[in-house]
Amino acid sequence: MAYSNKVLDHYNNPRNVGSLDKKDPHVGTGMVGAPECGDVMKLQVKVDPVTGIIEEAKFKTFGCGSAIASSSLATEWLKGKTVDQALEIKNTDIVNELALPPVKIHCSVLAEDAIKAAITDYKTKQGEKKPESVTA
Amino acid sequence: MKLPIYMDNHATTPVDPRVFKAMTPYFTDTFGNAASRNHSFGWVAEDAVEKARKQVADLIGANNKEIVFTSGATESNNLALKGVAEMYAEKGNHIITAATEHKAILDTCKRLEKEGLKVTYLPVETNGLVDLDKLRAAMTDKTILVSIMYANNEIGVLQPVAEISKIAKERGALFHTDATQAVGKVPVDVIKDGIDLASISAHKMYGPKGVGALYVRRRNPRVQLTAQMDGGGHERGMRSGTLNVTGIVGLGEACAIAQRDMPEESKRLSYLRDKLKNKLMTELDEVYINGTIEHRLPHNLNISFAYVEGESLLMGINDIAVSSGSACTSATLEPSYVLKALGAGDDLAHSSIRFGLSRFNTEEEVDYVGNKVVEVVQKLRELSPLYEMAKEGIDLSKVQWAAH
Repeated sequence: MAYSNKVLDHYNNPRNVGSLDKKDPHVGTGMVGAPECGDVMKLQVKVDPVTGIIEEAKFKTFGCGSAIASSSLATEWLKGKTVDQALEIKNTDIVNELALPPVKIHCSVLAEDAIKAAITDYKTKQGEKKPESVTA
Repeated sequence: MKLPIYMDNHATTPVDPRVFKAMTPYFTDTFGNAASRNHSFGWVAEDAVEKARKQVADLIGANNKEIVFTSGATESNNLALKGVAEMYAEKGNHIITAATEHKAILDTCKRLEKEGLKVTYLPVETNGLVDLDKLRAAMTDKTILVSIMYANNEIGVLQPVAEISKIAKERGALFHTDATQAVGKVPVDVIKDGIDLASISAHKMYGPKGVGALYVRRRNPRVQLTAQMDGGGHERGMRSGTLNVTGIVGLGEACAIAQRDMPEESKRLSYLRDKLKNKLMTELDEVYINGTIEHRLPHNLNISFAYVEGESLLMGINDIAVSSGSACTSATLEPSYVLKALGAGDDLAHSSIRFGLSRFNTEEEVDYVGNKVVEVVQKLRELSPLYEMAKEGIDLSKVQWAAH
């Protein structure tokens, strides 16, 4: 099976690998997939509290080259977007950008799920914090 | 050293130049049909086939007349199982095999089940071997055949065939072994091992693709088969079809070379295999060998690199040809059923790599492969959320995964 040049590029030079502090109230963490299925993605975003814009995005992925590339691409796209813009990223955008073959579409679905999970986590944290931060 | 490096020799091997040389005259100059009885073209071809028959027989301690040439091990397995099932239908209707057999056995058994036969698929222990007590317990008066492979094509483990055949015989059943991965690599002796039928393939031992053999015992007991291919009655009626003379000559020569070189070759290959294994196990943590290392083909290493997915590893070592039990590398998108049968968990199947060395691999290549695999596994673990969690002391088996 041949990989597209873009998949190869992300695999060889993955962008934004790493981890952010899970406990930071401005960090949202999404972890999707399962080891027995052969792929687990962890995606994190750090949101600027003043502008509401994602200033940092990091990932770590256990999975095939297409899964690594999908999550690497997702972190690139997330940076600079607002939280709501981030939710507009669709798996089909990832499929098109990376020219993923049909058997690898689930990798892009996983990346979309990871984005949603990270944003949901961030929003939950903010929601829990709101009453306190009003007084701050 | 030339790249890419081929280390997938359980899939297939290159034809040995000596084998190729032996085959070449039979394509053009001496092209006769071995069944042509009334001219020299036929006689020359027949002589070549009979010489090859002896070479194959000698390698496994058989008699010439016990070798039936086929198109390969898949056909041999089909002929053995279906041929016995049909021939001995009045005696019984039960076959015992193992969960880790090749698909050519498992799918043939499934076909036979549809036709009304009963098949027991023995589980294997975590070391990949069949439990002899479980085999004994599975035997019934209706058992006509036990079919257990000699060496496994993924994990290279050698089943205790001599003990298995004894158990089969005690209950009056025949013993077939798919010896595709073993013949030419480890000593296979149909007498000592008590084998009644054995499947052999040329292209796993430096011969050409498309040719193989089935050993069919002629004495104590005399095994009979119902032919699965109708036609001119070649191969003593067991396998009709014009003989593949060039292929058969290649198989014979491959057997002769294997018999001559096996003692030294297996020593050299197990040295190289162990060197690779030690390199990977000393420089990386959480590396697991799949299947017993004691009872194993000398050139096989099947190993799982925890927290790293197999296909992504193959991608990083793209100048090395090996294979993985990962779902992403299989057509079915299921992880290796052989590794799953060991009970190690799907995650380790996804992380497995099979190395299969050959007589043409050099120590320099093995060193290169060892270094490259270590480098790529380390890189991928830096990327792996599972490795990070494990290092933080999280028990991954206790995590609630959001499965998809």
